[in-house]
Amino acid sequence: MSNLKISQYCHIKDNEAFVNGKLIFEDIKSTNLKAFSKSLYRAIKSSYSKFFKMDDISRLGFLAAELLLKDADLSTVVSDDVSVVLSNSESTLVTDQKHQDTIADYKNFFPSPSIFVYTLPNIMIGEISIRHKLQGENAFFIVENFNAELIANHINNLFLENKSKVFIGGWVNQSRWNYEAFLYLTSDVGLIDHNALEINYLYNNMNEI
Amino acid sequence: MKDIVEKLKVQLIDQLNLEDMEPEDIDPDEPLFGDGLGLDSIDALELIVLLEKEYGIKIQNPKDGQKIFFSLNTMAEFIKENQK
Amino acid sequence: MVYFKSSNIISSLGFGTEDNFQSIYDGNIGISKIENQDIYHEPFLASMINENILEEKFSVLAKNYTKFDYFTKLEKMIIMSVHYAIMTTNIDISSLRTAIVISTTKGNIDILSSSYSNKIEKERAFLWSLGRVVSKFFGNPNDAIVVSNACVSGVVALNTASSYIKSGKYDNVVVTGGDIVSRFVVSGFMSFLSLSPVPCKPFDKQRCGLSLGEASGTIILSNIPIASTTNFIFSGGSSANDANHISGPSRDGEGSFIAIKKAITEANVKSMQIDHISAHGTATPYNDEMESKAIYRHGMNNAIVNSIKGVIGHTLGAAGIVETAILLEEMKQNVILKSLGYFEHGVSKPIKIANKIIDKDLVCCLKMASGFGGSNAALVISKINL
Repeated sequence: MSNLKISQYCHIKDNEAFVNGKLIFEDIKSTNLKAFSKSLYRAIKSSYSKFFKMDDISRLGFLAAELLLKDADLSTVVSDDVSVVLSNSESTLVTDQKHQDTIADYKNFFPSPSIFVYTLPNIMIGEISIRHKLQGENAFFIVENFNAELIANHINNLFLENKSKVFIGGWVNQSRWNYEAFLYLTSDVGLIDHNALEINYLYNNMNEI
Repeated sequence: MKDIVEKLKVQLIDQLNLEDMEPEDIDPDEPLFGDGLGLDSIDALELIVLLEKEYGIKIQNPKDGQKIFFSLNTMAEFIKENQK
Repeated sequence: MVYFKSSNIISSLGFGTEDNFQSIYDGNIGISKIENQDIYHEPFLASMINENILEEKFSVLAKNYTKFDYFTKLEKMIIMSVHYAIMTTNIDISSLRTAIVISTTKGNIDILSSSYSNKIEKERAFLWSLGRVVSKFFGNPNDAIVVSNACVSGVVALNTASSYIKSGKYDNVVVTGGDIVSRFVVSGFMSFLSLSPVPCKPFDKQRCGLSLGEASGTIILSNIPIASTTNFIFSGGSSANDANHISGPSRDGEGSFIAIKKAITEANVKSMQIDHISAHGTATPYNDEMESKAIYRHGMNNAIVNSIKGVIGHTLGAAGIVETAILLEEMKQNVILKSLGYFEHGVSKPIKIANKIIDKDLVCCLKMASGFGGSNAALVISKINL
């Protein structure tokens, strides 16, 4: 067991965004992740032109990290002491299908480098890391369902091995029909213990700290 | 020439996902990379695909890209010279 | 402590670690011209596994198992690799104390293609399903853990496995992984203009891109050493992000530098103690240059560097495992394999590249990896005598 504490968490799904359990944005008009991510991006007044270059799932991960780190002060932490450990169920299959569509027929064969580059789930870790200058450990796990134990265990191990001091953990998934991001920030400050029980509670219940 | 430039502006915004830009925001003489439009190495590869897909022009040596993709005007000129 | 117990490599060169090592030692090359319209409409270079031999060997092995009717090529490669690796140990793969960690970038991505056999359900394209197939095949009761972190997946999987053993969560971890040379991946790298027209030439002045390869590999880690002999211990491992660009490596090697720094710190070794480095060495102009800077910045002046990608290509999710297995074999035999394709020094830093087979006492070695998403990883292996 480590002494890590969770200080912030956020949740994006079903056209709603929550920070620390509190609804901060909803947009009932958007019919897909692309539209919703754009309206959330505008709402939080982010200014990052590379956002529009990202595929949908990276946008989702990027926005979740924006919400998570908005009120977190990482200025005193060394960049290589901040690690990102994420997971999902569908890897990048929605974007994979887009790439597949460009190569299915060799008579109409125009694979796009800007689609292909996003066909790896850890690209979103790269996008978040570039935005916030995070140079610590990275890992992306693929699990059938949200698995708090796997993420908590991996982060606790990295902490106990002195690899890193601050961690972003969570789940960023996109399927053909829905999407969901749940991220939390953990370090030696915070009120919630960092363990699977608490993480599952935060994941399932969007109530306030 | 002017037609190609105007068409390219729309294609550029579409193909390179410059969703926060309008065609009139792009100066045809402005450098596409570096300080100008701020495109990067993946965009450069995407421009090679664009030329092939939309204009049927295959760039044999990617190193030529630097000159061809300097600005919208240089791109348009290259298209005019190489289009069958 | 975390001990390396056993390994296996399945590649175009052979179906075992020793076979692969010997074949590389003998100067063979696995990269060849591939003419396969299903993968690419023009001939291309890659290192590919002979499907007939794979099929033949798998049918022998699968006779004992009848739980599934159909396996994809990748599933066969991975199952076979695990089978061969576990065979030489006394580890019970069906025990709750044994975990399976799988490294892959794209898994069964060829299932997305409409021409794919309908005998395989589409669900198998999910990477977690690969984990389920493998653990079910071997009767392992734990959920297999699937790591998909671009080209550093293999090293991250090994690092993760070593943490499981250090923390006491498991006694043994089977780390396996693989990727196939698919239309999906070949087309993508073609669009990136990153495939070399000749077998790739890591660290050479004329290098102009990578060669793809397909392989599966397995490494078994354990908390119990092999009795009364030389053992190899996993002494440190780490990963780091460049935080610079999603496809281009950092120009100063910052992420790689950090990953190495943390790995050697954990291993409690000094830069000068590193005898040999198995680099990522993809032979793209930027990757090799970046790695040379990371190595040089650490002052690893005693280390001789090689990359086996000139022989078997970039095997993506298998790379970290396969190349670590070869590194272990090098350490066992105290031999550094020649870095095939290297003739004229082509990176800015004066690191020593193995331009021939070199005999050297190898006590402490480093494995490096880097990939898309700005990801980097490293691990350190130390030799001890029991």
